[in-house]
This record gives sequence, structure tokens and C-alpha cells, in this order.
Amino acid sequence: MTTKKELQVRAIKNGTVIDHIPAELLFKVINILELDSCSTSVTIGNNYKSGMLGKKGIIKISEKFFEADVINKISLIAPNAKLNIIRDYQVVEKRVVEAPKKVEGIVKCMNPKCITNVEDVYTKFKVMSPSPITLKCHYCEKITDHKNIRIK
Amino acid sequence: MDNRSLVSIDDYTKEEILDVLAKAAEFEKNPNSNILEGKVVSSLFFEPSTRTRLSFETAISRMGGKIVGFTDASSSSTTKGETLNDTIKMVSNYSDLIVMRHPIEGSARWASEVSDVPVINAGDGANQHPTQTMLDLYSIQKTQGTLENLNIFMVGDLKYGRTVHSLLMALSHFNPTFHFIAPKELEIPRAYKIFMDKNNIKYHEHTEFNEIINDADILYMTRVQRERFADPLEYEKVKNVYILKNDMLKDTRDNLRILHPLPRVNEIAVDVDANPKAYYFEQALNGVYARQAIIAKALDL
Repeated sequence: MTTKKELQVRAIKNGTVIDHIPAELLFKVINILELDSCSTSVTIGNNYKSGMLGKKGIIKISEKFFEADVINKISLIAPNAKLNIIRDYQVVEKRVVEAPKKVEGIVKCMNPKCITNVEDVYTKFKVMSPSPITLKCHYCEKITDHKNIRIK
Repeated sequence: MDNRSLVSIDDYTKEEILDVLAKAAEFEKNPNSNILEGKVVSSLFFEPSTRTRLSFETAISRMGGKIVGFTDASSSSTTKGETLNDTIKMVSNYSDLIVMRHPIEGSARWASEVSDVPVINAGDGANQHPTQTMLDLYSIQKTQGTLENLNIFMVGDLKYGRTVHSLLMALSHFNPTFHFIAPKELEIPRAYKIFMDKNNIKYHEHTEFNEIINDADILYMTRVQRERFADPLEYEKVKNVYILKNDMLKDTRDNLRILHPLPRVNEIAVDVDANPKAYYFEQALNGVYARQAIIAKALDL
């Protein structure tokens, strides 16, 4: 067992690293953060060994620092993701994602009889409990729990 | 969005509830007036409902208003594939107020956001039916003289009954003590128990329907439906348990009143109808006055 830690994804000079993403959710996280339209360099690695998760994904986004309400959206599916803020190749801040107070446009309501599943209506949820995450639909008032969270 | 809409009973504060109930009492004294003269109210019933629709249409007619609308989705352009969004946008151009019943949950909240005029929810799927709650509250206040500190007994389908849930939420402003009588399959959902615990509201749960009702101020009956049981044998065991018969009322309080959102099937025996404590038909009539008050509030009249 080697004691030297190998960096599996190339270091960035300035920006944000999102680590400990469950491997099967990596691409959903990319979608939630709309990284397909990001103009700075984005480095993505997946299926790396992780003590915590078994297999994990990592995303490193150069020159980009996210507002809390934007990055916290990923807590809906990856509540244990870790953020490292990088400046001049150094980790200047470590954060965990937190559940937001409301969620708009990302999650599908689990009630098939909700207006949001019948017509083109932007979903809106109030976060009733951050952990385990429980969402109440603004329209049909039914609860979508963490087992049933589906990203639109 | 028009903030004067009524989509869920939570849209009204405690003060607003009391204010509307006071208005309803005024309308009961004078149900006929001209305050809606020159106003057009659209009555959009995407699924059939005789009682609620006639109650609203009576309320509007007795205030001098005109009604446009439809009584069934098949007579609207929904059959052509028109979205609710487009229907509401169009109708809000034609009328001063929209009253809507729709089978999809959340439809009323969506309509209130899309419409330029207030929307009153006459029932959205299994979700809310706030005007029923207001007429239930009016009936309770009228017969008990107050809404405060009452013993409220709710019987039957407490799991799926939207009128039960809505009335529970509305009464929570008034320091009630609830007694829930239901089969285990249909007990009051956990979310409501959590709500009551959080708000220090006293409640008791029972499965037997017997002389405990002697302590009741209000007995709110609902129907136990076969379709709600996963196991039909369970239904067979309980189907005759939650039926109110006249002899069960002999030691109840003088001020007890029996309410039912109707239609009544067999859960209240016909021999109860002659008992002065039976209030369910007057309750339905109160619907006209409560709805007049709600409409008047929505239009700032």
C-alpha cells in the first residue's frame, strides 16, 4: 500500500473542486450545475476508488467560484459532496454542501397527478427537512422524499 | 398572480377566517343583494360536481352576478388539447372571478398564478377544498357559538379524507381537542400528527366507535370506502363499525351537532335524520352563505 498520495485528476490553479460525488451521479451533477455551458476549463474524473463511497467522481472547474444557492442544489442527490476552493494551487477553503431552503426547476414531483407532470409547469418545492431531504410541492402539496428524488 | 385567490385554507390567516365567517353570518341574514351587479364569474368545472357547483352558482346568482362556464371538461376545449394555462388566460380576460374544480392536484395553485383575476379553488383532485372547510367552520361556529376549545370528533376515512385534513388545519388556530375514530388502515396520517405535536394540539386516536362520543361537541362523519382498502377482508371486518345510529346519540351532549361533507351513503343511518342533533343538511345550506362571503372577500366588496 503506497503512502504517497497520487493526484488522479490534474491540479487547477484557481477554482472549485467537487469531490466525493457518487460515481453513478456524476453526470447528473454536471447537468444540475450546467457545466456543459461553462466557458472555463472543466476536468472530470469518474469511477475512482473511494474509501467512503466505493467509487467516486471528481470535478475540477477552473476560475469558477459558485454561489452557495447554486452549488447547494447538488445536495439533493449528493448530500455528502465536498467542496475545495483553490487559489494559487492551494486549498484555501473546505466546505460541505448544504440543503437549500427551496428547490426550483430541478426536481420532478413524485405525484403523477400533479399539474407539473401534466403540463409544462416549472416545479417548485419547499425543503421541509434537510436530512434526509424531504420536499413539499408548492402545487400539489405532496411530499417527495429522498428515495424518490428524480432530477428533471 | 392575484393574491386575493383562495386555493388552500392556509391562504387565510386566523383573522381572515373569522372575518369571512362574520361576513357569512351577514349573508345568511340577507342572502339576496346586488353587490355582484355587472360582474361576471366563471364557473369552470373540469369534473362534475352537483352540490359544490350549484352552491356556488346559487351564491353568485343571489348576489346579482352573472355566470359563464362549463360543467364538464368534455364541453371545454380541453378536448382539443388546450392547456390549463391557455384556458385560464383566456377565461380571466372574460370574467372578474374564476371558480374552478379540476381533477389534477396543484391545478388551482397554477391557475391562480396564471390568472389576472382571483381564483377560488372548488376542489383540486385529492388536494384541497377550502370552501368546504369554511362552510364546516361556519357550521361549527354557528352551532357552538364559538370555534375555541371544542371537542372535535372525526370518524371514518381519516387517511384520504381531504375535508378532514383541511378542517384539522383550520381548527388548529382555535385550541381544539381532537378525537380520531377510524380503522387502523385509515388512521390520521403521520404528517398531521407531527403538525399537531409541533403546535401542542391535544389529540386521541381510537378504533372503537362507541360511547366516547358522549364527550363530543362536533361529530364529523366521513365515509369508509371499499376502494381504500388493500385487503378486501379488512374492509368487510370494519364496514359496519363506523356507522352512526340514532340510539348511539342518547347520552351525547345537548350541543352536539353531527356534520358530514356529503354525499352520505350508509355511514349515518336514516333514523338519525330526525334527531335535532343531525346538522348535515343545514351544513350544506351554509355552503351558500360561506361561498358568498368568500366571493365578496375575493373581490374586495
